[in-house]
Amino acid sequence: MSNKTKIKAKIDETDTGTTLFNVPFPTTLDKKTLTALKLQAPVMIKQPYQIDYIHSYGQDSPWFSGLANKHLLGNRDPETGYTYAQPRGHDMYSGEETDWIELPTEGRVHAFTVCHFGSEEFLPETPFILTLVEFKHVDTLLLTRLLGVDPDEASLDWIGMQVKAKFRRLSKFKPTDVYFVPK
Amino acid sequence: MRSVYAVTGGVSKFTKARPDKTFQAVVKEAYDYAIGDLSLEHEQFIEIVDGSVASYFSDHFTRQLMAGIMVQDYLGLCPKPGHRVEGGGATGGICFQEAWKQVASGYMDVCLAYGFETMSHVNTWKGNEFIALASDVSFDYPVGGFYSGYYAMMVTRHMKEFGTTVEQMAQVSVKNHRNAYHNPYAQKRMKLTIEDVRNSPMVAWPLTRLDICVMSDGAAAVILASEEGLAKLERASGVSIPRVVVSGIGKGTDAMRMADRPHQDFEDFVKYNLLDCENNDKDLEYYQDLWDKGFRYPGIHSFRAGRMASKEAYKNGGIHDPLEELDFVEIHDAYTSSEIQTYEDMGLCRYGEGGSFVESGKVFVPGIDYGLNLKDKPICPVNPSGVLIACGHPVGATGLMQAVFAIWQLQGTVEKHFGDPALQIEGARRGAIHSHAGTGTYVTVSILEIGDE
Repeated sequence: MSNKTKIKAKIDETDTGTTLFNVPFPTTLDKKTLTALKLQAPVMIKQPYQIDYIHSYGQDSPWFSGLANKHLLGNRDPETGYTYAQPRGHDMYSGEETDWIELPTEGRVHAFTVCHFGSEEFLPETPFILTLVEFKHVDTLLLTRLLGVDPDEASLDWIGMQVKAKFRRLSKFKPTDVYFVPK
Repeated sequence: MRSVYAVTGGVSKFTKARPDKTFQAVVKEAYDYAIGDLSLEHEQFIEIVDGSVASYFSDHFTRQLMAGIMVQDYLGLCPKPGHRVEGGGATGGICFQEAWKQVASGYMDVCLAYGFETMSHVNTWKGNEFIALASDVSFDYPVGGFYSGYYAMMVTRHMKEFGTTVEQMAQVSVKNHRNAYHNPYAQKRMKLTIEDVRNSPMVAWPLTRLDICVMSDGAAAVILASEEGLAKLERASGVSIPRVVVSGIGKGTDAMRMADRPHQDFEDFVKYNLLDCENNDKDLEYYQDLWDKGFRYPGIHSFRAGRMASKEAYKNGGIHDPLEELDFVEIHDAYTSSEIQTYEDMGLCRYGEGGSFVESGKVFVPGIDYGLNLKDKPICPVNPSGVLIACGHPVGATGLMQAVFAIWQLQGTVEKHFGDPALQIEGARRGAIHSHAGTGTYVTVSILEIGDE
């Protein structure tokens, strides 16, 4: 079902507000007006909060440099061969440091959803499709975006669909530098 | 370790926004209700209580670090011991168990667990963003961080593996909203049909707005005590307190990134994850058959943390067959889909049977007309209070709210507190509360039952 055709019957709420320099308050304070203060509606103000973090990908950094160069990397336990599609510096079973390997660029849709709403940061991108991709001989999945299918035609039949990796030409050093489309 | 009793509690009515009070004052409402239920004045309770544990999830929502001490201070609990716990959506359940430990260990005779969340301070979209920061910010969040999306992905896999349907999920929504119709503390008290659920706006396919809990402001408080602590409370109040004992607790964990969840083979599942009640030829054959068809555990369709929490709680609480031995369960139903998944984790039915299990009618409350055609009689009502989907989910308060409702259920005082007897489960002797974080990263299960007088 598409949400696009719904007719709006409610005005959007925004937090832009109005600049206000005074509010109603008793002109004199006495026992009666002080008691009446308990009936007052709350004063609500806007508190902006903005910060830039200096985020390091640490030991996982080569995965992002790989994407920037159109290579999809994963990690593998050198002894057991347990293979991770999302990078992981140490294996969760052996505790050993993992090696870098190149992942297949083709896989299958393991699970998916179409997001019609989302977090503020991603709202402008709705509807978008999230998917977990499975790869042959890889033990874990990869969370990524699926493009090239109609978000209004979501169907369980998409599970098992063969998909292939595509890379952004201009890298943003985010996991969305790789995404998948039907093969 | 010694016996721990869940004495009573209080809940502020969960609502979209509480601009009329600060978070400390909202917790005070829940606290005042709890001590009022014991016929105690604040000065009397403060003489007896040994300390506290505080529960709230997000420093982003409060935009205030150390909010726990501000509640401790406002309630008048300083300078007694106290600390805050945090574990995503399971924060309340973890807080309850942490308070249990204070008493079980002998460190405290009476411990107050309190929790809150004020989610109305940002708009819904920013709130979704804050919640999504509880997924890996390097690999999960930037792909399109949205918890409803994560749960929707999990359920598409559940549907594919087991044939679970959206109508079965909608039945959970109908049930929990209808139960909440009789719960004055609930935020959304609604009589719905399956069509209403399916026709509400699509949020993350296949989950609609009525498959998903809402954000809320609210608080809850629970008092836990040892035998000695109970005696002190009874001496001070002059009233006899019905015994509800916390007979078992359990907690489990799983990988933060859903993509990292294992796909174990049959032998490992049997060795590590099988419940007592499944350890028989018939069930083992059923599971062997699932594996032969390609099922792997836990994958993303099952919550291993919920299974391990249940397994541990049942072991500690001496429960062998949860469906037969539990009279009700309060499950963390952030999504209708996760309630179905959790039936399986908790062993109320086998893995793969959650969808048909809800349809059977076994988890509905007797005597309530849901407008559904249910073939079996209720055996173990799940979410008689309406829990997250209908009551709301002020994260740090939620797990404690479940504890409060479970205590009232076992004390037989639902009518007294709700002003309506409809949700009182007759003869309820034992119940479980389940609290769940992330995409199934921290899960707690606690067993409460009527104790010896």
